Amino acid sequence: MSESIRSVVLVGVGGQGILLASEVLARAAMISGYEVKTNEVHGMAQRGGSVVAQVRYGPRVYSPLVARKTAQVLGALEQIEALRFADYLAPDGLAVVNAQAIVPVTVSMGAARYPQDVESRLKAAFPRMAYLRAAEVARSLGSIQAANIVLLGAVSRGLDLPSDAWQEAIRASVKEKFRDLNLKAFETGRCLV
Amino acid sequence: MKHLMSGNEAIARGAYEAGVTVGAGYPGTPSTEILERLAKYGPEVYCEWSPNEKVAFEVAAGASLAGARSIVTMKHVGLNVAADPLMTLSYITVEGGFVACVADDPGMHSSQNEQDTRNYARFAKVPLFEPSDSQEASDFLKLAMEISEKYRTPAILRSTTRVSHSRSLVGWGERAVPPKVGLVKNPSRFVPIPVWGRPMRQRLEERLALLKKEAEASPANRLEWGDRKLGIITASIAYQYVREVWPEASILKLGFSYPFPDGLIREFASGVERILVVEELDSILEEHVRSLGIPVAGREFVPGIGELSTDRLQASRARFEGREPVMDEPMPYARDLPPRPPVLCPGCPHRGVFYALGKHDVVVTGDIGCYSLGAFKPLDRMDSILCMGAGVSMAHGLEKAGEPRRVVGVVGDSTFFHSGITGLVDIAYNRGQSTIIVLDNRTTAMTGHQDHPGTGKTLSGEKTRALSIEEIGRACGIERVLTVDPYDIEETSLAIAGEIEARAPSLIVSRAPCPLRERRRVGGLRQINQEECKGCKLCLKLACPAIELQDDFPEINPLFCAGCGVCQQVCPAGAISEEARK
Repeated sequence: MSESIRSVVLVGVGGQGILLASEVLARAAMISGYEVKTNEVHGMAQRGGSVVAQVRYGPRVYSPLVARKTAQVLGALEQIEALRFADYLAPDGLAVVNAQAIVPVTVSMGAARYPQDVESRLKAAFPRMAYLRAAEVARSLGSIQAANIVLLGAVSRGLDLPSDAWQEAIRASVKEKFRDLNLKAFETGRCLV
Repeated sequence: MKHLMSGNEAIARGAYEAGVTVGAGYPGTPSTEILERLAKYGPEVYCEWSPNEKVAFEVAAGASLAGARSIVTMKHVGLNVAADPLMTLSYITVEGGFVACVADDPGMHSSQNEQDTRNYARFAKVPLFEPSDSQEASDFLKLAMEISEKYRTPAILRSTTRVSHSRSLVGWGERAVPPKVGLVKNPSRFVPIPVWGRPMRQRLEERLALLKKEAEASPANRLEWGDRKLGIITASIAYQYVREVWPEASILKLGFSYPFPDGLIREFASGVERILVVEELDSILEEHVRSLGIPVAGREFVPGIGELSTDRLQASRARFEGREPVMDEPMPYARDLPPRPPVLCPGCPHRGVFYALGKHDVVVTGDIGCYSLGAFKPLDRMDSILCMGAGVSMAHGLEKAGEPRRVVGVVGDSTFFHSGITGLVDIAYNRGQSTIIVLDNRTTAMTGHQDHPGTGKTLSGEKTRALSIEEIGRACGIERVLTVDPYDIEETSLAIAGEIEARAPSLIVSRAPCPLRERRRVGGLRQINQEECKGCKLCLKLACPAIELQDDFPEINPLFCAGCGVCQQVCPAGAISEEARK
């Protein structure tokens, strides 16, 4: 596989805005002149289940799927989802993890336990990790809905796309009335790493 | 300038550029966005959600007979519903180009089976096109339309989940001028009564021979020469994986893959030392290549169950080369993670119905939709699912077999219009006694909230007559028809009790709009008074994502609570109440 291909995996729970984040990332790569491929899952998996989006860019990209242990960046909007998809990340890759727990229904039913040692597991799993409070940051900026773009700002630090490509991509991807909020969310996230 | 588009959006773009003026379909993951996107091209293209795939197929076929270029869209199992018109449209032939866009779901991400649509192309003797990315999705749609019109044959464009839902760059072209419309009377061509049908059967085979020649010369099938030691024959998304896993190999990439281009396959085979076929699902290419007398490897190395990926093909390559595949050590940090299965959303109106059904000793035959999730624990209130509409008809079958318990069939609103009505007719006609519940959430929810005949709106957003499920039930001969509010558990449970007691068929319409579509709360936020909570955990039996267990006592997460109040009705301690408005 070509070294010049960049692979990113974004994970979270249905409804957290993973798909918008992957769209912005793909646009930013396209604006930067790369070939881009993305993949996402629709349908039943979106109903409160785990959601995965994958983005790959480079001079020539074939597969839209990221192979295990090859992603330069793993961005997770929920912490155990970061662990669940940890093996996508290359050994020297950057993990960006939102310090948020969303309890799966299997736990609230009492059929499974939410691990108590998440932070230590994350630290052991990811030698290069940015552990941030994207939801709180987004709320302080005006809307918790922008947590996905705060996370994306942090993810951008693990990639080599120019700053103006990101801004143009955000402008093209979100509605006008949320534009300033999301641009701010992105810059704030970018400064957290 | 190129555009980043999903495979589905690119198919729609291709249809627009091909001069398509009629598109019909029924929503189904992973195909839904094709028609949604095509409808956005405006009044130049008439698009509709039909009640089911058979109707959609026939609408598009009618348009084609008039001379218009048309497409029909559906998921793989939808083609089973539309198989009847497909099999004979290939006899009566088309006038304007006709392409059935069918999306398969290898890996069953959002489907009840993993069938391979390529079989239908061979079965119906029609040409098959298989794009491997969004650019090809657009290009092949146009090519399929051209071939369809040239040979007057319906064509199939087969996508898969990873083609439909991957985005890649697409160049746009101009829209072709649509052909003139006006049916030219020709019964011996369009009416397959035996005397005319038999010659049609002959012509079908002659046409297939011509199509084979067309496939041989098609730019959609190409040889990519590399190292001559290994040649790989592949198609669809598998091609993209092959290019990464075997970057050095020679490749025969098929895009116009049926009728099989035998000459090209032979030419490729004679240029390489060994041949490996890499295809998802059935071994269609492999068996055909072998039937040409060409030794070939394939399924013994490449999995035929589930979807392929670069990871899986790395293991295939290792086995093919006699090496042990590198098995990834399971991540120690990912041990014992709680699974996160899809669940009914907070505030979902289906939850109350399943909870109410749980109070009765009945067999529940279910159907396809969000409410399929009612089969999971703890709701656990669905005993079977077969296909669209079977929730109604199978209930009748169980009852006629003498099932000792009463039988309740559960079907969604869009599914009712799709194929639930005929089952209801059967129950009334054949003196059945089943109770059928229509979970009417006023939308086709699972596929992303499409309108249907009961919602009062068309795909293009026009207002239209909203068909009444209750009136249809009565017209089908069901005398006991009632409507319940699924957020009222007692009312719903009493209605179920009354109808399963009655020795007559009945229709219960459970009506409340999907809150996810409405994008608003059903009512005020609920909270649990921790001093009154006895910790009985009965509320957890609702599988509501808003109710979380904290230190053995449930709490309601205000971020998720949709205010439906079902938990409040379930709590025996009266510990749940509406939060005072701030």
